[in-house]
Amino acid sequence: MSAYIGPGITPTIGLSEEQAQLIDIAAAFCRDKSPMDKVRHLLDDEAGYDPAVWREMADLGWMGIAIPEEFGGIGLGLGEVVPLVEYMGRAMMSSPFVGTTLAAQALLRGGTQAQKQTLLPQLASGAPASLALCEAHADWDLQNLSCSAKADGEALVLSGTKYLVPHAAAAELIIVSLAYEGAPALVVLPKAEVAASRLTREKIIDDTQRAYALDLEGLRLPKSALMDVSLAGETLAHIELTAALLLAADMCGGAFSCLDYTLDYLKTRKQFGKLIGSYQSLKHTAVDVHQAYERARSHLYSAAFLVDQQGEGEMAVRMAKAEAGEAYSFAADRAIQFHGGFGFTYDCDAQLYRRRAIMGCALHGDARYHRRKLADLMF
Amino acid sequence: MLDAKDLDAFTQDAKNWFQENAPKQTDFMLPLTFMEVGTDEQFHFLRDWQNKVYEAGYLGAHWPKEYGGGGLDKAFQDAATRAMAVERTPIMLNAIGLNWTGPLLLDRGSEAEKKKYIRGILSAEEIWCQGFSEPDHGSDLGNAQTRAVRDGDEYVINGSKIWTTQGNYADHMILLARTNPEAESKYKGLSFFLAPMKAEGIQTVPIRKLTGEYGFTQTFFDDARISADCLMGKEGEGWLIAMQTLEYERGARSGQAGGHVMMLSDPNDIIALARSAQLNGKPAIEDQAVREELVHLMTEARALGLASRRDKLQPLTQDRPMSLALGSKLSSTDFYQRLNAFAITLQGTRAAYYVGDESAHDNGIWQRGYLNSFSATIGGGTSQIQRNIIGEHVLGLPKS
Repeated sequence: MSAYIGPGITPTIGLSEEQAQLIDIAAAFCRDKSPMDKVRHLLDDEAGYDPAVWREMADLGWMGIAIPEEFGGIGLGLGEVVPLVEYMGRAMMSSPFVGTTLAAQALLRGGTQAQKQTLLPQLASGAPASLALCEAHADWDLQNLSCSAKADGEALVLSGTKYLVPHAAAAELIIVSLAYEGAPALVVLPKAEVAASRLTREKIIDDTQRAYALDLEGLRLPKSALMDVSLAGETLAHIELTAALLLAADMCGGAFSCLDYTLDYLKTRKQFGKLIGSYQSLKHTAVDVHQAYERARSHLYSAAFLVDQQGEGEMAVRMAKAEAGEAYSFAADRAIQFHGGFGFTYDCDAQLYRRRAIMGCALHGDARYHRRKLADLMF
Repeated sequence: MLDAKDLDAFTQDAKNWFQENAPKQTDFMLPLTFMEVGTDEQFHFLRDWQNKVYEAGYLGAHWPKEYGGGGLDKAFQDAATRAMAVERTPIMLNAIGLNWTGPLLLDRGSEAEKKKYIRGILSAEEIWCQGFSEPDHGSDLGNAQTRAVRDGDEYVINGSKIWTTQGNYADHMILLARTNPEAESKYKGLSFFLAPMKAEGIQTVPIRKLTGEYGFTQTFFDDARISADCLMGKEGEGWLIAMQTLEYERGARSGQAGGHVMMLSDPNDIIALARSAQLNGKPAIEDQAVREELVHLMTEARALGLASRRDKLQPLTQDRPMSLALGSKLSSTDFYQRLNAFAITLQGTRAAYYVGDESAHDNGIWQRGYLNSFSATIGGGTSQIQRNIIGEHVLGLPKS
């Protein structure tokens, strides 16, 4: 009965023609370029992604989707980036795509005119980029900054260490958050300024991805590396929401594949002479996982639709991140359990999903973090 | 063709009409759903109200004119139904007729059946009930054992049906009965009848619900004779027709007839409750755990609304096309149950009161709502049966 939906709820969801097309394109591309044996092969690869595939993504224009045409992009929005990341999540693909998209968004929102004009076209055409936001205190609050920059004549001198900088070794530029003159600021760090000794690969829980610690101590940059200081707070807020949206997309995609992977096992594995998927303790839980995934996906595409709207966009994105993180964690946790003894092995893909879900929740806020923010927005 | 201007005008008229005509206060408690009609007073009040809404043109607006409908596009009835929900008017009484029998007759009834029954369904002059579940066969509907034996121009019915909503008021029943116990499968032995309720040998006994109120009956058939014309379709097609009927109920084809048959608690009301309730000397809404749970519930409420809209966006349903439709009953009924349960926990010592005590919060609406919510998680296929259906038909898992 449609009447089950109570009065007073006016949610919004929609889909552009471009989004619909990108769903099909991304589905085919990711299935083709990132089959599970490829994912497995890249686990032991130092870079952790395939530069040839990255080149193809650049040729398709994916890095420029949400960059305006005047800066060499395609001029669509973040809503159109969502299907791409969702299908990368389904295929557990790793690449600097999310970092590059976020760096572009940061420059668009808070870069100087000169930075936008020189850097955005590079990113749009496929120069990988990254962001250095996390610190030793591990707080999700992007404005809680211990790393700093001090003016020394016409130069800036940096101090501190950044952590969990994704694909930093491949990045042509890294956007770094730090405290400057008592307020948050962002600087653009070009690859040429990052000596190899400043980057240390971190041992992270998700073997499909790569992250590095970045030692900033004593690093000197010209003051022109600073992004617009007056916009730094707003830009950090934009980075948080954009990152939350894209991580929600990745995790929503992962939840789908993870459930699919589990369903294959439930439909083929027999115990006590019966397919284990016929047992209701497994079947009903699989349904609960599926329902949680569907909820998360409804929120994801609502967030993709509303992301540019003041207020409503923030609520939709935070709900999407919270729901996707929980759905993925639930799907992958049960995936390990339902695979029994095989689930306890490294060979079983369930652990890859579970680890990626933990990583996705660890970055830019877990469900509890976003629900607290939502509570302050709502009540 | 649907004319947007006409629709806008119709919508505005409906809104005005309901604002002017909807009864505001009654000196007795009105049922919140069609499954809670427990007194004659409630019954007559709601029958008159439905009749008035029909006469004003806000019920059956999209059903064919020749049978008593308004002959308009479905969007018009949807608008009228929405106006009823928004104005929180009393419910439409004849819910089984409006949501099950009516759509079924229009989809596969004979010309004579449509002429005979549709108008009475809309005007509430003829009330319908449903005879599917039996005392020993609730979830296992295909195993129904009530017998219908052909005898000349009549069928002789013996057996018992249970959970007959408005059974003591109904004029007709959609009845699933076994005509052939020897059939090659239990399903093929069933037939479907449009049976009269006011007949010799049919007795209804009201069932007292967990709330202490009434609304359902058990219905006994003791050599009850009904005309052979009551058979719908052919003998042996009963399961097929019953399954089609359940589709109107379970969401895949829901909302066919329109008409506002359940008054649901508005999730926003729980926020108002959390503001007024006290916890450790402060409004409960300032408590961190309460806030987190409230956000959780609001997020879920929003997902329910999103799902019904997303279901119309084909690129977002192509992985599993039946998923959102088949999942909606499970997710929404389960949600409303938890919403009501949580609302009770926000009331401190007031949680202890029930309907009728002046200390009760909002006259115990959440307490009563919680107890009644089980009618939706049990009726129409329990949540556990829903999980089997979703597991097997959406996820492709083997049968249990």
